[in-house]
Amino acid sequence: MIALAPRTRLLAAALLFVLFALLPFLATALDDHFIVITATRVMVFAIAALSLDLILGYGALVSFGHAAYLGIGAYTVAVLSSNGVSDLGLQMLGAVLASAAFAAVTGAISLRTKGVYFIMITLAFGQMAFFFFVSLSSYGGDDGFTLQARSTLAGMALLEDDRVFFYVTLAALVLLFLFANALIGSRFGRVLTGTRENPLRMQAVGFTPFRYQLTAYVISGCMAGIAGVLLANQTEFVSPAFMTWHRSGELIVMVILGGIGTLVGGILGAAAFLMLEEWLAIFSEHWKLGMGALLILVVLFTRGGLTGLLRRFLGGRA
Amino acid sequence: MTNLLLLQALNGLQFGILLFLVAAGLTLVFGIMDFINLAHGVLYMVGAYLLATFVGVTGSFWLGLVIALPVALAFGLVLEFLIFRRLYDRSHLDQVLATFGLIMIVNEGVKIIWGAAPLSVPMPELLSGSVPLVGPLQYPVYRIAIIAAGLLTALGLYLMIGHTRIGMLLRAGASNGAMVSALGVNIRRLFMIVFGFGAMLAGFAGAMVAPILSVDPGMGESVLILTFVVIVIGGIGSIRGAFIAAILVGLVDTLGRTFGPILLRMVLEPSAASQTGRTLAPMLIYILMAAILFFRPAGLFGRKS
Amino acid sequence: MSTLLQIRNLRKSYGALKVTDDVTLDIEEGELHAIIGPNGAGKTTLISQLSGQNPSDAGALIYQGEDIMRLSMAERVHRGLARSFQITSLLPGFTVLENVAMAVQARSGSSFRFFAQAAKEDELNRDAMVCLRRVKLADRADRLAGSLSHGEQRQLEIAVALATEPKLLLLDEPLAGTGHEESAALVELMRGMKRRHTVVLIEHDMEAVFALADRLSVLVYGRVIATGTPEEIRNNPEVRAAYLGEEAA
Repeated sequence: MIALAPRTRLLAAALLFVLFALLPFLATALDDHFIVITATRVMVFAIAALSLDLILGYGALVSFGHAAYLGIGAYTVAVLSSNGVSDLGLQMLGAVLASAAFAAVTGAISLRTKGVYFIMITLAFGQMAFFFFVSLSSYGGDDGFTLQARSTLAGMALLEDDRVFFYVTLAALVLLFLFANALIGSRFGRVLTGTRENPLRMQAVGFTPFRYQLTAYVISGCMAGIAGVLLANQTEFVSPAFMTWHRSGELIVMVILGGIGTLVGGILGAAAFLMLEEWLAIFSEHWKLGMGALLILVVLFTRGGLTGLLRRFLGGRA
Repeated sequence: MTNLLLLQALNGLQFGILLFLVAAGLTLVFGIMDFINLAHGVLYMVGAYLLATFVGVTGSFWLGLVIALPVALAFGLVLEFLIFRRLYDRSHLDQVLATFGLIMIVNEGVKIIWGAAPLSVPMPELLSGSVPLVGPLQYPVYRIAIIAAGLLTALGLYLMIGHTRIGMLLRAGASNGAMVSALGVNIRRLFMIVFGFGAMLAGFAGAMVAPILSVDPGMGESVLILTFVVIVIGGIGSIRGAFIAAILVGLVDTLGRTFGPILLRMVLEPSAASQTGRTLAPMLIYILMAAILFFRPAGLFGRKS
Repeated sequence: MSTLLQIRNLRKSYGALKVTDDVTLDIEEGELHAIIGPNGAGKTTLISQLSGQNPSDAGALIYQGEDIMRLSMAERVHRGLARSFQITSLLPGFTVLENVAMAVQARSGSSFRFFAQAAKEDELNRDAMVCLRRVKLADRADRLAGSLSHGEQRQLEIAVALATEPKLLLLDEPLAGTGHEESAALVELMRGMKRRHTVVLIEHDMEAVFALADRLSVLVYGRVIATGTPEEIRNNPEVRAAYLGEEAA
């Protein structure tokens, strides 16, 4: 665990967000529209990774079923838009409610357990959600479901423009980052991080860790649900493939790659992972071979992920 | 209806036995080494591919099996030597990441070596065909053979764990790892033995199903997650728990898929019943797991944490 | 003086081993009650049962007239029953001030506040500083708890317990592992706590125990074999035989 000072964290995030905001201009300059699309995708996963970092990094809850919320958010878009609700705000609200319900029930059961049990149970609940959507034949089952159009903003089809959609996604990322940032410094965040360090101590001063962990788990699920809404819009398609356990694993990888418990790390990690995926895919269709090897090497030989490497490189304390 | 029930119960039993073979090794690795190994399903898959290969080369199922098992064991030991032993004293998170990476490598490696298309393995002559059960009911010999082989393995494990020195160490290790090393046992070697043994059991399970399932690069993962469910229900580190949970999961899953829609038809109209049944059936074992954990957070036979 | 905590026929076994064997004891309001006994007598287990960390097998705990047997540790803390740990149990990655402020936070208002920054809550920090001053750690407030010396960590343990504003304080070997000077400071600290808090003290340092305690109970193999004033305990033949034997001789 590398603790970033709150100011460093905000500064790094601000820098990242400015860089993101400039990307569409770079795309125009290079006449490469693909940059905007890729960057949107990166930001969507950055939100998901950010949400996971909140419980993984600050709560030490290794949730291996986090992709379920991406799926729940995405399917909320499919279900609502095919029933005439196309407004992005309403869809996000729906996704938050659906995610909260799923997280509250599965979290309440999972949090009764610890350690490897928790990891395996969250994985199993993720699979349960996966199979639920696979069996939803009215929404294409295994094959997925193509959306008619992107969601609307204030009744207008504004998101059809990739750039508008890019900036909407960026706005969501910035807001959710600020939310998470405030959260970890709040009373609530203190209890959560305190529980990560020493749950017995927290009980001995009068806290019941379960309540705080469950609340964090639900909040995190809701944030990932919002990422799911954006993901469905980005691909204009929803499918159970959004929520395979591989996806859950990749989200963990993103958080670790970027530096766990730093919030910005999740954003960096999402960018690094997706870039790496594209880059390795240029060399070979068997890019997963390289990704897998890299993962093992990262675990065996580095501590603290990219942020940690960067800090060591810059001469900071590791 | 009774016939269908009997048939499906046997199928469920056979599925459960298979899950037990994979789960047995994994639960020991979890319990004794406190090591979360996502790549255990990979060993199952590799077992199936090895069998397919050696049956192809030798032209004989039995010869293929005899060669495939030690090779699966060797594969497991190589992985232990190269990667796993560096992870035992790491955090669960590191273990998750590294073994997740290993899955990517092996899955992709299998695709490169054997291709992405499913392979099939011919049924051995000796075990093909069916035997009559009751009345007009027939059941495939091969599936009975799987059940028998699994039960024999379970019995062997039971005897080994209850009555041998290594079994005693395993039991002690599963409940208190520090104590075993305090006894002066070479813990590294014990880990290696446990790991290799678990790998071979998983490989054996993979080899056994090769003739009745298609051998494809995704086969390890569906089994892996079901195995997790089994271990969690049974209680980590408990072979007995794994056995009972595996049979339970096998039966609930198989019977739920067949009889869920039938039962639902009693309360719902047919179309709704079949949709609800199809939705609920794959979720049943997870609901079962949730229910058991709600009352016993450490599983049926797990130690209280 | 009234009875603050009535312990009645409390039991706890691990398998065949009776760790707490039918313990009945009254803790009077305002007293410092020391529990002594040889290693393995079950002292820490008893504290864990009183604080709610370990469930009891049987018996009753009446605290201020209320049966608290089924209450969780956190609920007992809110009723004014706090403990310190024999093996230092702090939040090593938090500052000294934050460690104490956490305890203040637990008793002052809801912690389901998601936006306002806790570090800027003057009230939390002010109350925490008061506790730090009491244990003479005020000058260490901004250090990480994990970077303190062993003795300072023992002091911080007590500061955290004090910050919960306990009526009844359970101290589990506060002097364990401390040097001569550190232990003298801690004894002074405990002397200052007398009358303001009711204290149950487990301690091996007999000099400190006899200097501080109003009453003592002797625990041997999970049983209370004697309770009384320091003078009575010193002269109790059974205690001398079972425990103080060689020291008293």
